[in-house]
Amino acid sequence: MSGSTLLKETGPREVFCGLTSIVWLHRRMPDAFFLVVGSRTCAHLIQSAAGVMIFAEPRFGTAILEERDLAGLADAHEELDRVVKDLLRRRPEIRTLFLVGSCPSEVIKIDLSRAAERLNTQFNGQVTVLNYSGSGIETTFTQGEDGALKSLVPLLPSSKEEQLLLVGTLANPVEDRLKTIFKRLGIKKVESFPPRQSTQLPSIGPGTKVLLVQPYLTDTARELKNRGAEILQAPFPLGAEGSKLWIEAAAKAFKINQTLVDSTLSPLVTRAKKALQPYVDQLAGRKLFLLPESQLEIPLARFLNNECGMELIEVGVPYLNREMMKPDLELLPDKTRIVEGQHVEKQLDRVRTSNPDLVVCGMGLANPLEAEGISTKWSIEMVFSPIHGIDQASDLAELFARPLHRKNLLSPKNLETF
Amino acid sequence: MELTLWTYEGPPHIGAMRIASSMKGLHYVLHAPQGDTYADLLFTMIERRGTRPPVTYTTFQARDLGGDTAELVKGHIHEAVERFKPEALLVGESCTAELIQDQPGSLAKGMGLNLPIVSLELPAYSKKENWGASETFYQLVRGILKDISEDFSNQPKTTWKEEGRRPRVNLLGPTLLGFRCRDDVLEIQKILGEHGIDVNVIAPLGSAPSDLLRLPKADANVCLYPEIAETTCTWLERNFNIPFTKTIPIGVKATQDFLKELHDLLNLETSSSLNNESQSKLPWYSKSVDSNYLTGKRVFIFGDGTHVLAAARIAKEELGFEVVGIGTYSREMARKIRTAAKELELEALITNDYLEVEEAIKDTAPELVLGTQMERHSAKRLGIPCAVISTPMHVQDVPARYSPQMGWEGANVIFDDWVHPLMMGLEEHLIGMFRHDFEFTDGHQSHLGHLGGHSSQAEISNKEIEFSESENKSNNDQNIHWTTEGKAELAKIPFFVRGKVRRNTEKYAQQAGCKEINGETLLDAKAHFSK
Repeated sequence: MSGSTLLKETGPREVFCGLTSIVWLHRRMPDAFFLVVGSRTCAHLIQSAAGVMIFAEPRFGTAILEERDLAGLADAHEELDRVVKDLLRRRPEIRTLFLVGSCPSEVIKIDLSRAAERLNTQFNGQVTVLNYSGSGIETTFTQGEDGALKSLVPLLPSSKEEQLLLVGTLANPVEDRLKTIFKRLGIKKVESFPPRQSTQLPSIGPGTKVLLVQPYLTDTARELKNRGAEILQAPFPLGAEGSKLWIEAAAKAFKINQTLVDSTLSPLVTRAKKALQPYVDQLAGRKLFLLPESQLEIPLARFLNNECGMELIEVGVPYLNREMMKPDLELLPDKTRIVEGQHVEKQLDRVRTSNPDLVVCGMGLANPLEAEGISTKWSIEMVFSPIHGIDQASDLAELFARPLHRKNLLSPKNLETF
Repeated sequence: MELTLWTYEGPPHIGAMRIASSMKGLHYVLHAPQGDTYADLLFTMIERRGTRPPVTYTTFQARDLGGDTAELVKGHIHEAVERFKPEALLVGESCTAELIQDQPGSLAKGMGLNLPIVSLELPAYSKKENWGASETFYQLVRGILKDISEDFSNQPKTTWKEEGRRPRVNLLGPTLLGFRCRDDVLEIQKILGEHGIDVNVIAPLGSAPSDLLRLPKADANVCLYPEIAETTCTWLERNFNIPFTKTIPIGVKATQDFLKELHDLLNLETSSSLNNESQSKLPWYSKSVDSNYLTGKRVFIFGDGTHVLAAARIAKEELGFEVVGIGTYSREMARKIRTAAKELELEALITNDYLEVEEAIKDTAPELVLGTQMERHSAKRLGIPCAVISTPMHVQDVPARYSPQMGWEGANVIFDDWVHPLMMGLEEHLIGMFRHDFEFTDGHQSHLGHLGGHSSQAEISNKEIEFSESENKSNNDQNIHWTTEGKAELAKIPFFVRGKVRRNTEKYAQQAGCKEINGETLLDAKAHFSK
């Protein structure tokens, strides 16, 4: 492991909770519905994060707990059954229903696994009911996806067949592209988890080699390992170099001839570097401060430093899984300051005194920092944009170059020159 | 348990945040888990605020629950007071913290801090955002003024005339994330100035807790948004003998009524300019021949209480529209809306379910929808013009330009905002009419963007599908059949009223015992239903 400086901080945090993952999960699996068992706050959070109004009827909703649900848990279960029945009558196309635990449902201890079991019996095959927690007292932001995927693992059929399994939500075009590359390398069976339809689950077993696409799937990875799969160690597929190492990890596991790997990937990397160059010119030497939110911070810092030449002031992460992050951590420069957890006020003090050129942060903090003259990039954009893979490296860099470019365009100095 | 896909109002602590963020020198310590901080983005993104809301979230986690969360709360309160040095502190909890019963307010009061502390109890499982804002404002004003109120009641009250000064009023209720509050305040201030009335305190927007100490110096309160300020105004009336206005100055007539009411409350002679309509362009624009086509436009109104009531009056009395539907998501305003609905011979729609609102819009087939951001989306899906008149809102409802709803300028803004989408609607209709002319370019883009001319076509084919489905149904149910000619005539009717015409015609045919609907039946039905 490299000589990063690992620090821990506690205090007031400014991060989304795991419910936010529903925003992209429901798009990945259009035949699934996510029903949060929670409060009006949960409903308000998801609609605020997702811009829900564009949907006629979204495939997620909240069963809002009311005072009488708090008074008696037996009634709460009855009520939940009623809500689920109404919902499924209205949306007969739903094949998988996720009951998503929230802070209030966890605190009053509504047993959603029991509810799921009961509802599975009632709906006998018409729909599969699963449960996981996206509560803020246990999960941050992207961890919700970990919970959802983990709940699906027991449903995966067993198979000893040799295959590569890509784990974590990807944008569909990016997924297709990555699969094409693996096919070129001669890996015959490449599957994705989560699948595009909740019912088309990939198989799992001793022949399965897993490449994690996203860095926040700790529990899912553990469950897949328990089912006999091998989890391949690699940096996460962000940037040309990172994605190359990630693909190579699979190639090595499948014993692909190195000449084929080189001849397949080298032209892609060369092209990606060429596309990346204009952004490298804008980003190199600029100071970057990442606030904790999406858990993508370490791979992003690695990309922006190694491939774009940015200087890392601080890399904040909501939590640090050293084993999973090891390949990325090893590629970070010595003495990179990594801070796990958050004291948002103290961290913002450090942002101000370190005078960064760019801060990666949540939407709640972006405008206030911009108003202080500090350029920002919202981290939530990373989970919505197709950023994975060698071919996407320049698009990823562009996301960070754009705020700097814009600041330059609008700066008074620039106006004077013209 | 209530299934909610989308909610008009947030939980009550969001209301408290609106009060805290609107004011200066006030800080809110909110006992809440991680994730509840999403609320910051409402202010920094929708309102484009360049400052963070003055809120410290305790962001407790599951592992804290086994230990001493009370100590955690105290630590955060201590740090917040130290760092932000507020004049006063609000202390409260969100839905989850309410369940663990740490009583953060009592904890704060026991810490021996040297500043006013207002403990908020906002029941998250029964109340909503506007109630939370109202309650917070009331508790804050009461908390700041409670010591004075006893002294005050012993003093004889002197009038502005006796004191030889101009009358002065407080403007109460404007908040962040309210609808156009920033500009309403400027407009009302300007109008009051023209009538020789001074503004004493504007709260909560822009004031500090220390400013609230001056509230009792006003001769009257102007209650701009009853959802937020009525409780406070009532308390100030009871304890300080300050009367308050009940009329909301949205629309020309309501602005005139408001000024009349305020003059009476202040015992101020009304000037002749009060009824001078030329102060707003709305009356003339509405009278001008171009506005003839506005006559009897069918309008559906839904939103909070205040803006819906005002919109109904403007629609009917100032623009000559026909109100065909009215409702609110605000339970607190339900009674007032029901009364207004009764006067319009309508049934009020009181609901928090946007799908129910969308159904009601479909059923009434209006030509214009006045609603919230959600009705804008519903109307867009239905291909009906819409103007946003109420919260909840989108970033585009916080315009850069001066655009109040209240007062004379507010009436101008309303005329433009409501009539422009209608003109666009008309354009949409013309596109439909001229689609077959050879000069017409297919794919013409109108205000509905990608939905443009194309969509009307899609719309028509959709309706035709809908038609044939329901035709089968009516065949089974009522034995009524549309002839090919009847269908062709129906297709010529603009899409936004076609559904209504079809239903009316079928209803007429059934009443008249017709088994077959042709072009003549359509005309018969039209004559039958015309008033």
